[in-house]
Amino acid sequence: MTQTVKQDLESELLGEGRLPESLLSEDVADDVERRTVEIDSHALNFGPQHPSAHGVLRLVLEMEGEVVARAVPHIGLLHRGTEKLIEYKTYQKALPYFDRLDYASPMCEEHAFALATEKLLGIEAPERAKWIRVIFAEITRILNHILNLTAMGLDCGAVTPALWGYEEREKLIEFHEAASGARFHANYFRPGGVARDLPAGLEEKIANWAEEFPSWIDDLEGLLTENRIWKQRTVGIGVFTSEQALAWGFSGPCLRGSGVPWDLRRSQPYDNYDKVTFNVPVARHGDCYDRYLIRVAELRESVKIIRQGLEQIKPGPVKIQDPKFSAPPRAVMKRSMEALIHHFKLFTEGYHVPPGATYTAVETPKGEFGVYLVADGSNRPYRCKIRPTGFSHLQAIDELSRRSMLADTVAIIGSLDLVFGEVDR
Amino acid sequence: MVDDQAPASMQAPASSSLSYLAFVLSTSLPGISSAALEGGELVIRTHRERLIPLMLLLRDDPRFRCEQLMDLCGVDFPQREDRFDVVYNLLSVSHNHRVRVIVTTDELEPVPSVHTLWPCATWWERECYDLYGVLFSGQPDLRRILTDYGFEGHPLRKDFPLTGYVEVRYDPERRQIVREPVSLTQDFRDFDFVSPWEGVLTLPGDERAHELRQIMQKLK
Repeated sequence: MTQTVKQDLESELLGEGRLPESLLSEDVADDVERRTVEIDSHALNFGPQHPSAHGVLRLVLEMEGEVVARAVPHIGLLHRGTEKLIEYKTYQKALPYFDRLDYASPMCEEHAFALATEKLLGIEAPERAKWIRVIFAEITRILNHILNLTAMGLDCGAVTPALWGYEEREKLIEFHEAASGARFHANYFRPGGVARDLPAGLEEKIANWAEEFPSWIDDLEGLLTENRIWKQRTVGIGVFTSEQALAWGFSGPCLRGSGVPWDLRRSQPYDNYDKVTFNVPVARHGDCYDRYLIRVAELRESVKIIRQGLEQIKPGPVKIQDPKFSAPPRAVMKRSMEALIHHFKLFTEGYHVPPGATYTAVETPKGEFGVYLVADGSNRPYRCKIRPTGFSHLQAIDELSRRSMLADTVAIIGSLDLVFGEVDR
Repeated sequence: MVDDQAPASMQAPASSSLSYLAFVLSTSLPGISSAALEGGELVIRTHRERLIPLMLLLRDDPRFRCEQLMDLCGVDFPQREDRFDVVYNLLSVSHNHRVRVIVTTDELEPVPSVHTLWPCATWWERECYDLYGVLFSGQPDLRRILTDYGFEGHPLRKDFPLTGYVEVRYDPERRQIVREPVSLTQDFRDFDFVSPWEGVLTLPGDERAHELRQIMQKLK
């Protein structure tokens, strides 16, 4: 690509209004007109169908040789209009859409919507339901982190972690299935509690698994943490300072990896997170390796939380005992006319949420996932804005990968933990 | 490499400090129409012309120090003259509080962009423009972001139909993607859930009771 420097200079001096035209002397303009420079650049389409794009990311990379000069993400290829659809559904029917946002951590997304609705309704889930939510939010966190860590390994050429990780994920997905009936799209956390109680014996199974799991983390770390190739691919790559991370709206492991000790479970606790003790891992360098270390440390912390939850959980109701918000048991419906009416009204009309607005955020495995819910007193949300986590992480990809090698961009995308169901909504 | 830290600043936010902040705002800066706690969350309403000084104060004043713009979104109220709310959700990591700023605008009047204060605002503003058609002045990159290349209209406006106007399918004969007007075999079923015995409804021969009910409601 050949270009006259004059054009460049003029656009640089005049384009953003830094200098009025009269200040450009004639001879400067004449002088530069004679010189031409060769710029060797080409644009590369990374994705949307690329295995390390983690979904349908289309990244237009302006390359100078093998160095990335500019990265322009094109998103929206998985846009399904979730927010618009939710405006036409009752609050209960809106809930399953949240599973389908971040399909790697479904229950945590439901958590945000359930909490936001509960806040507007002014109801609170019973104690057992809160513990179930905490335990399953942490199981979901482990599920997500295993997928992310091992997929990031795959991006950098480590195949074995992915094989081990999928085996371990299967056990956790079975817990999801036992509790909710579905492996991924659980629809389990509901406003006012959870859909149903845990089946008999599941708590023991989770407890047994929580005993074994830390040794699996050791195995994973044995493969990666001190691995020479892994460190060469991640240490010092995609560095973000804490100021940058804050300004670009980072949250979760990406923010903690840059040295900001911030975890919503600790600082703005919801459900029973104030009744468990856990550490918030923080790293200093803000590179891909630190983000990896944070996630590994969080795996261990999540196991701690699950253990504490299992110790403190007690039998009791798992749904709010108000037939206006949770369906009566089927046996009661067979005998009580009132219960039948409640059931019918609940599944046709749903409940009416008093007017108001709330921004409720939870700490999902990827970071802060928020729901800005506006209710107008009807049985449908007036507006349900979903604040995805990966949206602001992906936006910074240009800043993160500037002047880095193409292969490092892949490592950076892996370390940001993007899921496009959530970014595109 | 990884530190297990738990600083003392990470405590649950106190609503008393939020009400103090609301008081500070409503007295210190001109042009703020309201600053109050709504459901325990600090909400500030202001005019769009006054947005930038307010945001600078919220970001840089040591009492607020909202380092992060977590979310920016639009809300559509088509019956109003200024039909759009633009909602900014700010987060202070050092003080552990959230502040929500709301400005209003219509289809034509631009809202000043805050991308110079928080670089992440660019994509949020693009999204708001894409879905609602809200314009942001000073935003150099106001392109569509979530909808398809070449999409027309702003889908989250309340007057945009849920089904949209155009459907896309693959035409095997022409061997290409074709765009056609939406044709549905069944109309979208939108139920009215204002039940007749709860809503205000005058039954024939029952006008007197209806008048009485209205008088009673006024007295309340």
